Amino acid sequence: MLSITLIIIVVIVAIAAAVLIGLYNGLVRKRILTQEAWSQIDVQLKRRYDLIPNLVETVKGYAAHEKGTLEAVIAARNAASSATGVAEKAQAENMLTGALRQIFALSEAYPNLKANENFQQLQEEISHTENNIAFARQHYNDSAAIYNGAVQTFPSNMIAGMFGFAAREYFELEASGEREAPKVKF
Amino acid sequence: MAQPLETFRTLIDRNKRNSVILIAVFMLFFIAVGYLIGWAWGGTDAFGVVVAVGAGTLAFILTLASYYGGSSALLSMSSARQIAKGDDPQLFNVVEELSVAAGLPMPRVYLIDDSAMNAFATGRDPAHAAVAITTGLREKLTREELQGVLAHELSHVRNYDIRYAMLMAVMVGVLVMLCDVFLRSLWYGGRGRRRSDSRDSGGGGAQIILLILALVLAIVAPILAKIIEMALSRQREYMADAGSVELTRNARGLESALAKLSDDPEVLEVANRATAPLYIVHPIKHFEDRASSIFDSHPPIADRIRRLQSLE
Repeated sequence: MLSITLIIIVVIVAIAAAVLIGLYNGLVRKRILTQEAWSQIDVQLKRRYDLIPNLVETVKGYAAHEKGTLEAVIAARNAASSATGVAEKAQAENMLTGALRQIFALSEAYPNLKANENFQQLQEEISHTENNIAFARQHYNDSAAIYNGAVQTFPSNMIAGMFGFAAREYFELEASGEREAPKVKF
Repeated sequence: MAQPLETFRTLIDRNKRNSVILIAVFMLFFIAVGYLIGWAWGGTDAFGVVVAVGAGTLAFILTLASYYGGSSALLSMSSARQIAKGDDPQLFNVVEELSVAAGLPMPRVYLIDDSAMNAFATGRDPAHAAVAITTGLREKLTREELQGVLAHELSHVRNYDIRYAMLMAVMVGVLVMLCDVFLRSLWYGGRGRRRSDSRDSGGGGAQIILLILALVLAIVAPILAKIIEMALSRQREYMADAGSVELTRNARGLESALAKLSDDPEVLEVANRATAPLYIVHPIKHFEDRASSIFDSHPPIADRIRRLQSLE
């Protein structure tokens, strides 16, 4: 009789342990995916930083007296690359996107600049990188939603609390109008 | 938004499990047929076992070849050539953007020189994946439509549909071919032996068993070909369409691309029965026109467009 009780207890403990390990591993896996998604955003942002000096140099050749716009882009770039934390970074990046848009709007007034092959290539590369950033952000937010779901819901929230799994911030856009599907160029 | 990402994990698990089952069935089939042939020819159990071991080894080698070389085989069967970013920057950019969206490594990109409109993805896993698109489709799509189509293909990559579809196409293709070779050799070989009568130790019994086996294989081979189409079910296409919308957050691109695809009357010449299920739309149009049978791997395009519209 005693041995049967013992076996039952052992089995229950074993099952409980397996469930706990499974939940823990699930949390770790989801956290890794979120971190990977975040580093992908960084890769894409870095790529945009690298393109900007090139762009500014090209534009300078055609529109030197648009100094204010060019300086705003450089300033936004530097602010964005030194920003830390999800919310701050998102805000700085939005500033940069706005500044870049101004440069491209400005090119409308300079037909020579617009016709410049180098400029066109940069424009395609930057809009491609912006699509990449948008998609990377989307992927990050999706991964973070899954991870946060696991952190905040029963029963995995107990494990999360025990081992210090903190919910992650979303990479939000300020203007709700910008939250649409990534822009597609025809 | 989080829901589809969670469900695709179960799709991945199912495809991986199905791939293992497929490999097991493939090997068992070889071993069983090998044993029967050996036993019929040699007349003893030992002979059967020897041939079964040989067939098992052959199946093992074929499995490895299909797993590691299947995608190259399928791509070269479709006369696809790999391109670099310089050849088509826009196509490359779109593929790269979507692989970022799906959190996948960048797949290789292939073009098929054919004016028919179609596309497919293959590979054993996302790290060894390839997407191929015909020049006809590439030229007729806008960037938005291209994005929808390639997102559909990348969903196949992400869901591991590519692994199962690749193994299915290659292995069943090999089986059908071997059945064919076996039947022919039996037909001609049987005639030759009767005249020379060199080592007919098994006597009439063995001949009858081989004949029955031949009959069974003659029936099994076409059924196997049909199984490829069935196993790569319509469900996968619907899921990949939904996955495309999930990645691009935009149903219109794929919708209008599918509309263009359904208007395309051309037959893709490089496609055959084994590779047909891989494509985004059935490359051999006659199958599609003839009111969709339950065997069709592809759902009717009109139905897919309707489902996409409901997602908007």
